[in-house]
Amino acid sequence: MNHWYHRWRKLKSSGVSGLCLLCALAVMTPLALVFFHLLKAGASSLDLAFLTQLPTPPAEPGGGMANAIVGSATLLGLAGLVGIPVGVLGGIYLSEFGARRRNWAVRFAADILNGTPSIVWGIVVYALVVGYSAYAAGLALGFMMIPLIIRATEEMMALVPNSYREAAFALGIPHWRIVLNIVLKTAGKGIITGILLAAARVTGETAPLLFTAFGNDLWNRNLSQPIEALPLKIFNYALSPYDDRHRQAWAGALVLIIFVLALNIGVRVMTRGRAPRLAR
Amino acid sequence: MNAAAVSGKTGSRAGLALAAPGKAGDRVFRLLTWLMAMVVLVLLALVGWTLCKGSALSLSKFGWHFFVHSNWDPVNGDYGAFWFIYCTFVSSCLALLIALPLSLGTAVYLTELAPGWVRQPAMSMIEMLAAIPSVVLGVWGIFVLVPWLREGPYPLLVKHFGFLPVLRGPTTGFCILSAAIIIAIMILPIITSIAREVFRAVPDSQREAAFALGATRWEVTRLAVLRYSVRGLFGAAMLGLGRALGETMAVTMVIGNSDKISTFLLAPGNTLASKMAAEYGETPLGLHLSALFELGLMLLLVTVATNILARLLIGAMGARQPTGTGAP
Repeated sequence: MNHWYHRWRKLKSSGVSGLCLLCALAVMTPLALVFFHLLKAGASSLDLAFLTQLPTPPAEPGGGMANAIVGSATLLGLAGLVGIPVGVLGGIYLSEFGARRRNWAVRFAADILNGTPSIVWGIVVYALVVGYSAYAAGLALGFMMIPLIIRATEEMMALVPNSYREAAFALGIPHWRIVLNIVLKTAGKGIITGILLAAARVTGETAPLLFTAFGNDLWNRNLSQPIEALPLKIFNYALSPYDDRHRQAWAGALVLIIFVLALNIGVRVMTRGRAPRLAR
Repeated sequence: MNAAAVSGKTGSRAGLALAAPGKAGDRVFRLLTWLMAMVVLVLLALVGWTLCKGSALSLSKFGWHFFVHSNWDPVNGDYGAFWFIYCTFVSSCLALLIALPLSLGTAVYLTELAPGWVRQPAMSMIEMLAAIPSVVLGVWGIFVLVPWLREGPYPLLVKHFGFLPVLRGPTTGFCILSAAIIIAIMILPIITSIAREVFRAVPDSQREAAFALGATRWEVTRLAVLRYSVRGLFGAAMLGLGRALGETMAVTMVIGNSDKISTFLLAPGNTLASKMAAEYGETPLGLHLSALFELGLMLLLVTVATNILARLLIGAMGARQPTGTGAP
């Protein structure tokens, strides 16, 4: 009797273990499937024309997403101009100045902003900046970068041992020089990693661009005009009724994911797992 | 004379030290960083203020009516969000229902059962899933997931569970249930990684005590780990829910964008976020824009509430917040 109960408990234990393994496999399945289909459908559509030519009119095959790729890079640059200075300097404040407890409000606000749906950023900037323009889109993406970079910077600077700061203070170096030349320099790699991860995150964002960048089938020569971006183009083409556009949507998705994953994996390899993990 | 020069030199050096070099620099630098930190608070206030101000027109015109009636008619200027609220709620809850057991099983496997060499690579893979942009998942959803669901599982579902009032066909595959499945895929990584942090915060002495009493692996997990982390797991679920409510692009691409009320899960719908995205290209103005802002305000309030609750629950567990450093 007791013997059988023991067997039953062991059986139950291995049964649940098996179930947990199945769960883990089920979580990995979508990842594997997405990559499989991206490579299958995307690689065959990815050619030189796609990377170097402008979009063709609807129903006319051919053309590419060159303007969208350049547009995405432009927007990323604009977002960085907004997000990097504010994020890094704000992170410095949280880590180096002011008591930890007193800064809870800023930390809390940053976490709340991280959880704000990206479409909300889109319409907020739409209201703030009247009209569609590259500036508006860059601002929206920059706003999204701020909370990510501020928290990453703070975490990486907090990892710098206090003895470094104390040693520098003992030498009579001004506080701001200590922060810039010693703490920031020591934490530099981690902060750059945080910035790159934030860049990878906002590059794939589409929702904030709908009401700001709007899209543009030509080259953008004036940043106060609508601009095309890769995620936006993928979205539009995927919903269009033409097969050739579907093909290009796959190719665009492949380009986008290669860029995003290259940044993510590159950063992890570079820092051997000591990268800051972005808030979600 | 020589000695005097030396003493003069040292004197001036001491004077420099007493003047505390760089005080002005310190003050300027501190002010600069303080201003940048304040930008975050200003930004939060700005988002709230913009949405409140933007939706004032719609709020005063429709009042509570906006939440209980369902219409989206820019021509006649009549707006109601009930259907979008319903779709958001149903798709998010279904997604959580799908994702939560899978995530918990995975997190248990990765902290309690898996051999050491599996854990880190598996976790990296799951984080990679989190890095896939929403629009890419949407493309996959449109061209792979939805056609497959339409051909395979949905007809089976209708055949065997058609007696349920919510599962009726025929369906194009672009429906609330498809949206829930896509959302579930998107929130799997976040729930898994937070549940994993929560499990790792359980002291080993708990596990050892249970093992010492002769518990099997499952009993250790159930008694020592799961029971200990209920609060944190609730927080993980809330954080997942917060994400689910705000998911936009992938949902917009598979939900079918219909404003027609239906009680079937296999019918197309529109969530708060997907409705806003679907207005892309309309250049809304006036009352139309105001109603759109009210959708945004609702979305913001719901996600902020779930996020605050989640962070309180996870923080109370002593688990590392999702904003933690990468150093394990």
